[in-house]
Parts: sequence; C-alpha cells; structure tokens
Amino acid sequence: MSEHALNFMPSEGFRARAKDVVENPFLRQSFRGAMDFLINKRITQFPSAEELETLRTLGEQIRQYNLGKLPALLVQLEENLTRNGIKVHWAETPDEANAIILGICQKHSAKLMVKGKSMVSEEIELNHACEAVGIEAMESDMGEYIVQLAGEKPSHIIMPAIHKTKEEIAKLFHEKVEGVDYTDNVDELIQIGRKVLREKFLVADIGLSGVNFAVAESGTLCLVENEGNGRLSTTAPPVHIAITGIEKIVEKLDHVPPLLSLLTRSATGQNISTYFNMISGPRKADEKDGPTEVHLVLLDNGRTQAYADEQLRKTLQCIRCGACMNHCPVYTRIGGHAYGTTYPGPIGKIISPHMLGLEATKTMATASSLCGACGEVCPVRIPIPDLLMRLREESFSEPHANPTMRGQGAGYSRLITMIWQAWATVYRSPTLYRTYSWLASRFNWLTPANQGPWTSVRTPLKPAPKRLRDLLKDKS
Amino acid sequence: MSARDRILAKLNAAPVLPKAAPDVAAWYAAHRSAESTAEKVARFRGCIEFAHAEVYAVTQASWPQKLWEVLAAKQLEKLLVAPGTAHGQRAITVLSESGIHCRAYEQSIEDWKEEMFHDIPASLTAARGAIAETGTLVLWPDSHEPRLMSLVPPVHIVLLDAKTIYNTFYEVMTAENWGGGLPTNALLVSGPSKTADIQVTLAYGAHGPKELIVLLVGDEA
Repeated sequence: MSEHALNFMPSEGFRARAKDVVENPFLRQSFRGAMDFLINKRITQFPSAEELETLRTLGEQIRQYNLGKLPALLVQLEENLTRNGIKVHWAETPDEANAIILGICQKHSAKLMVKGKSMVSEEIELNHACEAVGIEAMESDMGEYIVQLAGEKPSHIIMPAIHKTKEEIAKLFHEKVEGVDYTDNVDELIQIGRKVLREKFLVADIGLSGVNFAVAESGTLCLVENEGNGRLSTTAPPVHIAITGIEKIVEKLDHVPPLLSLLTRSATGQNISTYFNMISGPRKADEKDGPTEVHLVLLDNGRTQAYADEQLRKTLQCIRCGACMNHCPVYTRIGGHAYGTTYPGPIGKIISPHMLGLEATKTMATASSLCGACGEVCPVRIPIPDLLMRLREESFSEPHANPTMRGQGAGYSRLITMIWQAWATVYRSPTLYRTYSWLASRFNWLTPANQGPWTSVRTPLKPAPKRLRDLLKDKS
Repeated sequence: MSARDRILAKLNAAPVLPKAAPDVAAWYAAHRSAESTAEKVARFRGCIEFAHAEVYAVTQASWPQKLWEVLAAKQLEKLLVAPGTAHGQRAITVLSESGIHCRAYEQSIEDWKEEMFHDIPASLTAARGAIAETGTLVLWPDSHEPRLMSLVPPVHIVLLDAKTIYNTFYEVMTAENWGGGLPTNALLVSGPSKTADIQVTLAYGAHGPKELIVLLVGDEA
C-alpha cells in the first residue's frame, strides 16, 4: 500500500473539521451563497422538466452502455490513440501513475510543469510527487492557483477556491506574488493571475491535464473549461500528459453532445463551456504548434473494485459535474475540506471508499440525512442514496470472507450490532413491543440526563409517562 | 503481468452487464428542430453575445472594411494572420494600405514563442462552422491557422460564414462524420475566456482571449 494511503484517514477528524466550519459564520455564508447561486443557475438552464428528465435518462443510458463494454473500449481507445500518435500508459495505483508521469518529465529534463485542472492529479497527489524530485508543478486554473498559493486543497471539484473571500485572495496575492499591491477588485485579481501564469505557459516543459471524455472510436481526448488554461496547458508546452480514470470513456463521438450538455448545465448552469477542446494527436510534421508528444495515463485506483459489483458500478457513471455537492445540505454546511478526501460531498462519499478502502472511510457514508437531493439532480441518474445505504452496510456489517470491498466490516461493533438486533426483535413482536413500551413509560425516570451528542445541544429525551395507547384507552 | 493486463483482467472478471445502445439521434429528433439560416443566425448571435462576444454582420465584400474598423476602434496596430489562407491574404492586402502591421504565422512556434506571448495583440482566423443552440464557433486549427492563433492573442477575430451554422453540436458532428476522423485539435469556442473562481464573480480574460469578435458573413443586403 502506498504511503499516503496509510497516512490518510479521512474518517478521523471529520467531526472536528465539520464543527470548525459549522461554527464559522463567514465560511457558512460563503458556501451557502455559492451553492444557492449554482443551484439557481442550473435550474434556469433546464426550463423544461420533460427535457431534463429525458436527457438525464439518455445520459444514464450512455454511461451504462459504455461501462458495459469498458474492457473492450479501453483496448479500442488504446489502439486508436496509438494510431494517432498518443502514447498510452496504465497505472493501477497513484504511485504507479506518479512514477509514469515523473519518468516522462525526467526524460525531458523538465523543470516546470503547468497544470490544467485535473481532479485525478489531485487524487494521486502529483504536486507532492513532483516537489519530491525537484520539478515545479504549477496549477493554472484560477481557483487551483489560489488554493495552491495558500498551501491548501480544493474544497469543491468545480470551484476549488469557493471557501475563500476576495479579501482573503487579495491578501494572499499581496503576500505571495512579487510586486503586487493589495486589491480586492476581482477583475484586477484575475489579471494578476493571468500575468503570472502566462509567463509559466511560455516556458513550461510539460503541460498536464485531466480528461472529461475519452472517445474510443476516434482516439480523442475531450476537455471542458472556461478559462483557456486547459487549452494553454495542452498546446503551449512541448509535451502534454493527460491523466484520467479508466471509466471516463465513450465508444462513439456522438455520445459526447448529450453528456457535454448535461455536464455544463448541471455544473455551472452554462448552456456550454467557453471551450471544448478535442485532442486527437500531437503536432503533425507540417503543423507549426501544439505538443510534439502527447501521453495518456489511465488510472485504476480502486475503480475496478467498484466495477466488479453491479450496484457499485453505477458509481462510475459519474461525469464530475458537482451538482450533487451543490445541492447537498451537508456539503453546504460543512464545505469540502471537512471530508478529508480529494472528492468531497455525495460523490466523494461513494467513490472515496473504493480509492482509500473502508478502513479509512468507514463513517463517510453516514454523513448524510438521506434526503435524496443528490440522486434527484444527478445528470446521469446515479442512485447516490442507495449507494450510501449500501456503503453503510459494507462498513458496519460483520467482517466476512471474500468481501466485495476493501475494508468491509471496518466499522463493525459487536455491541452496536447486538443493540440493533435486540431493537429489531422487540419491534417485530407486538407482545414484546407492548411490554417494552409499558416499561419504558412507567420507568421513564430511569432515562439518563446525559445522552451524549444529543444532550450537548438539546434537552434529554424522555419517554412520556403514558403511551398513546394508554391515552386513547383513558379517553374511551 | 503488466498494470494494463491486471486492470483488463479485473474488468474482464467482472459480471458482463450488456446494455442497449443509447439512441442519441431519437432524443435530438424529438427535442431539437431544424431552423432556417436566419433563425440559426439569430439564435447563434443571441447566445454568443450573451457570452460577451461582439458580432458584426458583414458581407463577403465588406468584411475587410469592418475588420479595419474594429482594429482602429480598439487601437490595435498589429494583427496575426495566416498567409496560407485566402482570407489571410486578403487581410494582408487591405490592411497594409491602412498602416496596420500584419504579422504572418509562418514559422514553428519555437522560433517566436516570446513574440507570440508578449507582442501579438490580435489575430484573425476563420471558423469552420458554428452551432446555433449554444452560440458556439467550430474551429479546426491546421498547418495554416495553428492552434495558438485563437488562444494567445488578447483579441481574437473570427470570420464565420452564416451558411455553415448548424442547429446543434450533434448535428454538425454527424453531418460532417467527425467520428470517422478528427484533426489533431478540434475546438468549440463559445465566447471570450472567463472565470468565476473568485467568489463566483464573473471575470473575462482569464487565460485565453479577453475579447472575441465575430465577423458574420451573410448574403449581400
């Protein structure tokens, strides 16, 4: 197991991190305001309920069809990319992926890598791996750039710096960027970022990007973005390395338009992003720009585990729009950092256990009220609430042989299981239930005053002295 | 066994759950109607102007004059052009008489990357087509009009023939059989570069062009 997987225990400290945010009115306001904005933007993009629902069904069908053929499509993609001159690499673990990328960098004696936004590169902690061997990895998405300058991690997969106010960013730029005076004018701040990063694009040895869709039939890598940093990262440096999870593949090019439409409308409420960049090869002999080498790293990192189970496979339908977190009452209150994982919010809760194992993520699926909002807005109809229930079962059931998931039973407690079994027995039997409720109401003075987290903010729960059935009896 | 073989072996060991092929064509047939050129022009304009692009209706005869007007109004004295294209040649001919310097993209980028990043205020390229539904330009950079032309200069001016506007992205890719083969880089561009990464406040000119100007070539009035 890799070092960071051992050290990374998101479940620990979750309560403390969540409490910090819940008790910080400024952060609460930041998240609430931004999520309300995104929710409203999304809904204006879907004026017709019929269109939204049929398009979601089409999106689900496209993703399920392609996942159904995944191994064959990966081989087809590899063949066509190779034919187009793009070199394909495979990695089972984050360490393997980092080794492949660093190997390419070192072959080119690279000193500077500019990065377009890539959550998979966050997943493998590529920036740390680069730092360790003396390669500067520079984030170029404005949000990622801000977060990197602050020494933090993204708190949202689409809007990485959503937790920061413009005043905080103004202070950060003033302190960390040479020759910059304090300004909290957003246009000026963006122009500062543009100026710094342009010089990096000019001299970078390597451009790194993620992939939104990989098209098997044509051997094409598709990238969605608004800023142009993704295009610059994949066009200006002499070498482009793309990294993606193995699931982001579609067989046909005509599968792309519905998914692109669902993605941009669900994510930021745009009818389309400013740029949709389709890369099908390195620079040809007669062309004057573009990278002379293009690489694709295909990463597993637990995705094959999700794939092996019919229900869990639905996790891989995700197109990473972030609508589930925008609509999640838990995410909106605690923000992205509390989760302690690369992917926060509902999608983080269902994908992270496959990447990190249930030992490290056993309580993640319990940070949910099961309100169902995530499932209702998911553009590809991932049944997120059902998957959360399944993951709770996987975490807290008694460990058994040949588990589906790594770390199955990591949260198992004999005592708690016995308590619930007793509860189930009482509630299944009318006689036992009647006896129990009679005792509970007559001996209500025995209920403890300290009821743990409940009484930390509320008065103790106490059964009524008379049950409803007693009251009805008295009345008649 | 390599990582590739191990990943494929795990996927192949999983239950096969074949699903029917999605009927993308049927969804578009039911939800998007084919519009006339005039309707498509109006829809395209509405969307791309909403995304802060400037659009000027011109004709085949008048566009060089409009190009000059736009450059003069923005006080741009230099324009990056593709000399290997007909419109690039025409721009060179017309603009050289008016004191605007046309820089030709003739060498590999390695020979003039500094200049491209620091000293090119504007560029002119042609669009291959457009999409009305989303107000989107379709650009296929090639050896004459390389990729960086539409990306690095702060002002990007695009010539678009109104007859090449399609209803949807789906329509353009199926009508032109993109699945059969794509250039090294194909692009959809739907406005000037922008970001909302600071407090969800929209700001233009993040990394790509700060201004996008479309010269929409229609029939003679």
